[in-house]
Amino acid sequence: MTRSLEMTARRTTAPSRYATFMSRHASLMPTFAAVVILLVLLVGAQSRFPRFLSPGNLSALLLDNAYLVVLAVGLTFVILTGGIDLSVGSVMAFTGILGASMLSQGVPAAVAIPVMLVAGAAIGLLIGVLVQYFDVQPFIASLAGLFLARGLAFVVSLSSIRVEDPAVLWLQRTRFSLGGWYITPTGIIALLTVAIAFVVLLWTRFGRTVYAIGGNEQSARLMGLSVARTKIIVYVISGVCGGLAGLLLTAYSGAGYPRNGIGTELDAIAAVVIGGTLLTGGTGYVLGSLIGVLVYGTIKKLISFMGAEQAWTQIIIGALLLIFIVVQRVIVARSQRRR
Amino acid sequence: MRAIMKHRLFWPAAALVILIAVNAIARPQFILVTLRDGELYGALIDILRNSAPLMLVALGMTIVIATRGIDLSVGAIMAVSGAVALTIIDASPDPGNLATVLVALVVALAVALVLGVWNGFLVAVVGIQPIIATLVLMLAGRGVALLITEGFITTVNSEPYEFIATGYLLAVPFAFLIWVAAVVVIGLMERRTALGVLTEAVGINPEASRLAGVRARGIVFSAYVVSGLLAGIAGIIYSSNIRAADANAAGLFIELYAILAVVLGGTSLMGGKFTIAGTVIGVLTIQTLEATILFLGVPSAQSPVFFAIVVIVVVLVQSPRLHRWARGALRAARARSRSTAGDRTGVAS
Repeated sequence: MTRSLEMTARRTTAPSRYATFMSRHASLMPTFAAVVILLVLLVGAQSRFPRFLSPGNLSALLLDNAYLVVLAVGLTFVILTGGIDLSVGSVMAFTGILGASMLSQGVPAAVAIPVMLVAGAAIGLLIGVLVQYFDVQPFIASLAGLFLARGLAFVVSLSSIRVEDPAVLWLQRTRFSLGGWYITPTGIIALLTVAIAFVVLLWTRFGRTVYAIGGNEQSARLMGLSVARTKIIVYVISGVCGGLAGLLLTAYSGAGYPRNGIGTELDAIAAVVIGGTLLTGGTGYVLGSLIGVLVYGTIKKLISFMGAEQAWTQIIIGALLLIFIVVQRVIVARSQRRR
Repeated sequence: MRAIMKHRLFWPAAALVILIAVNAIARPQFILVTLRDGELYGALIDILRNSAPLMLVALGMTIVIATRGIDLSVGAIMAVSGAVALTIIDASPDPGNLATVLVALVVALAVALVLGVWNGFLVAVVGIQPIIATLVLMLAGRGVALLITEGFITTVNSEPYEFIATGYLLAVPFAFLIWVAAVVVIGLMERRTALGVLTEAVGINPEASRLAGVRARGIVFSAYVVSGLLAGIAGIIYSSNIRAADANAAGLFIELYAILAVVLGGTSLMGGKFTIAGTVIGVLTIQTLEATILFLGVPSAQSPVFFAIVVIVVVLVQSPRLHRWARGALRAARARSRSTAGDRTGVAS
């Protein structure tokens, strides 16, 4: 009795209030850390390159990485359920070259774009069905998806195809400016994707189910949640995001290329993890993934400003990934000890 | 016959034999092996030679998967070891000198060993999930390789170095001898000592085996070290074959093919029971399939489609749900035949 009184007394002191806050919002901490890292990077870059924080440069930061934002959003759903999708980069290449090929043959954009999204969804569905109904590990199922999409991209075309379609080019060439800031429809699509995902994950039954499955699939099933349907849908979402990213990249580069996005799945996974989503599932935020992509983009841009080898981007992202994984591991270990 | 069919290597081996038979029927010269100047030539010999990098990587992957892990960084380690070796040879005044090449090999393998130790440290000591721990090096490794080659594709002309991939010894390709030696060494270590059983124990239940007195941490650690070292050798063979260090292309996707080879050979990705012979069969199947696809005139860039189909078929065949369906269908068929037989007896009486 005295002990518990002591405990409550102690809890009101400042350092323990901090500890309480930390333990209650432990899952927010990695995303917080990502925001801090982003700010440190931006301020550091600004102090060395006075033009780094110009509105134009920051706008470009988002637009250059719009496709990665979309991929990371789709991947966030999958990783939240405790799965993984290695196919996203290849799906983006496949849908991109598929769309470019259709447009070059005179198919109107109003047909080509839905076909791209459906193609992405189909590969996502295949992976989801393998995972859910045939007990294939997500890693292997999405590996099959990776091979399939990459091969299909080369089946569509072995070389790059230029896009002349005005509607698709409009996505990238139109600029809505305000002061020095500007945004293109591709950037709006990317931000819209984040916004929709944010709402879905936070305020819908489906979103709750995604978190529940990542927390404990068995419990989610026993609670009567529709585990099977949700797990398949997250892979479909990831596939559709791959298709959308294919559209954005095609508009951005003005061409479809079957070699696009080799290794992009790793960048996307790194962005999601740096953004604070736990790879074991159950914990994470889609806004964090946006932050993660921006961290990635800032590092890339900073390195090109410094005139250093782009290879450093991969090394720094690898190092950041490692730091975040270790931090997350410590957080998980602590919360388990509390239980 | 039943005992043979029940053997775990039956289906993988059957698949390989059928694949070779189909090829032989389509073009008889496929199985033709000729002796020219005391050196063996032929499509099959090419397959055995070209298998070397994938075989070495898949061997390491088998051991890692047996401990319930996975090593995604093998391709990056290949790129690094090739880059290190060729940069040393390129920088030396006499690239054709055997001593230079030996120094390059030793340094490259040492670097690969260090990278393997790094993976082992993250997984076994820090306790990070294997897929994530090795993802770090998969991402960063290629960056390191690019820095070593300074972004260029370093090419060299060094006879002793080229011998590794293209040379012949005792009438057979040297690269083939390297992988056979690796298979024999690993096989003896895992199957003629208790190491294999301990590895399986760790893979089946790390906690239980630790409580039973198995040094689980050490076994997991050394699995990644072995995998890194073998990937290093694979990187040397790859760079020797193309006479260049290409940091972007070396070992690209090889981790995926290696995992496929392990699965094709019948080792479960869930850890535990593993088979080295199965992996050998798996690698040879992949190489034969690759050769077949090329023979069919399909551009090699499109071959992933075929591998995707193979992966899907293999995982479906292994899937418990499909087994249940098959058993259910079989039982239903048997019940139907029994009931029709019953009707007949009924009519007769």
